[in-house]
Amino acid sequence: MPSSDTRNPLTRFTERMGRTVVAGVEEVGYCGVLVAQSLFWLVAGPRLKQPVRVDSVFVQMMEVGVRAVPIIALLGGAIGVMLAIQGVHTLRIFGAESRVVIGIALSVTREFAPLITGILVAGRSGSALAARLGIMTINQEVDALTVMGINPVRFLVVPALIALMVMVPALTFFSGLVGLFAAGLYVGADLGISMAAYVDQTIEILSTDDVMHGMGKSLIFAALIAVIGVANGASVTGGAEGVGRATTRAVVQAITAIVLTDMIFAFVVTR
Amino acid sequence: MDGREQKPEKVIEVRDLVAHYGERKILDGVSMDVYAGEIMVIIGGSGSGKSTLLRHVMALEHGTSGTVKILGRDPAALDAKEALDLRKKIGVAFQGGALFSSMTVGENIMLPLYEHTVLDRTTMEIMARLKLEVVGLAGFEDLMPAELSGGMVKRAAFARAIIMDPKILFCDEPSAGLDPVIAAALDNLLLRMREAMGMTIVVVTHELESAFSIADRITVLDQGRILLTGTTEELRETKIERIQNLLQRRTEEEIVDPEEYLERLMGERLGERARL
Repeated sequence: MPSSDTRNPLTRFTERMGRTVVAGVEEVGYCGVLVAQSLFWLVAGPRLKQPVRVDSVFVQMMEVGVRAVPIIALLGGAIGVMLAIQGVHTLRIFGAESRVVIGIALSVTREFAPLITGILVAGRSGSALAARLGIMTINQEVDALTVMGINPVRFLVVPALIALMVMVPALTFFSGLVGLFAAGLYVGADLGISMAAYVDQTIEILSTDDVMHGMGKSLIFAALIAVIGVANGASVTGGAEGVGRATTRAVVQAITAIVLTDMIFAFVVTR
Repeated sequence: MDGREQKPEKVIEVRDLVAHYGERKILDGVSMDVYAGEIMVIIGGSGSGKSTLLRHVMALEHGTSGTVKILGRDPAALDAKEALDLRKKIGVAFQGGALFSSMTVGENIMLPLYEHTVLDRTTMEIMARLKLEVVGLAGFEDLMPAELSGGMVKRAAFARAIIMDPKILFCDEPSAGLDPVIAAALDNLLLRMREAMGMTIVVVTHELESAFSIADRITVLDQGRILLTGTTEELRETKIERIQNLLQRRTEEEIVDPEEYLERLMGERLGERARL
């Protein structure tokens, strides 16, 4: 549509910029409110005789976690082997191939397992959450819940949030194990290190701190995926097209948030 | 009309309600009373603000100014527990049904019972079947909403709306998009439900025929203001031109200021926001 706006382009640019910033801040604020409300219903729900239903948490855990196991195993294994190949190849320059285990153990546990799991769950479950909430919003199902006296945050958001916060760390742990094991197979085949020796070395290298670093991150990723998915889904307007847009936005925002948080987390924790 | 003389209690009281959607004013000083046991129909063209008015009296939204009282209480001023108690006394049948697509029809209808009562499953199932009987959908409880036709979805939504035996039932466009026979059947259903349960019913519709066949009183909304509230006879005899136009289905020429018209063509509409 040709714009009839005759103002100075700089003014227009500044205005648009300001609007975008305000909208962004508003969205972050909304996410904060969502987290606060979720905590409120988790704690105060039972007292108001409005508990968060355990069965819907399990349904979500099944969907978010258990159904993701095969694809997580595949990706975790592939990442492990990829790291082993690259590690051996790079270290060969110095003739230090046998030191590859330390690189694999630390990078899988601290970085790749949480990151790959986070990105995969964002794509699988963050988008599903946004789409489900978006469709429920445009079908007035969210309004229907409200008028029935069923708080939508308690009924829809909290189960998904809990499920993600339990399952993402669990999947991360699993993905790390598969990655380390797959890397061990490759290292064994290429360098002739026995599996037992590989496992011994890995255990020696890894400290509780490394494992907690990965787990802690994945917990934050889980909350980000849930909140971003819900915020995008709940703000859907404009029918089916709007749902599609919200779903895409949810995935892109969640992955961006995960990668940025990962960087900040790594920086802060390693200080 | 019997019993009107002894002033039945007001179940809904709206005073000078003003509501905005973004910068646009949708409701402009609306005042309306609904008495216990009556069927109040709100009619008006599209964009008249009738759906917005309904959202406010259902306490889904709170206005910019003015007050809304439902069963004597202002929903904007209630804490979580009081709001919940009020909600339990209200049933809503949404325009599109708003059934949860992941649950069967029976589970949809049982949901309020499941969330708000401590009844056992068998009792809840019996109550759900009872309400399905009322709306003529007996035996459909195990189907998914996607397997129902449009009219059936609306009837199932009625069943869910009345499962808690509400004091007030709100219906948003109960006959929109349905064939005349099914629409008439739904009107009858509303009348029968009022008869059987004595509830107050507020209906928003743009179907005049349906409005006249069920209403005790009708409120005509136009451009965010109430033109008239009265019985069906009062409405037919009114001299207000816009209402007569509405009843006769006459379109009316919009009088526009030439300057404003020019501005509109130039795309300088008021309140239009640049899309980001």
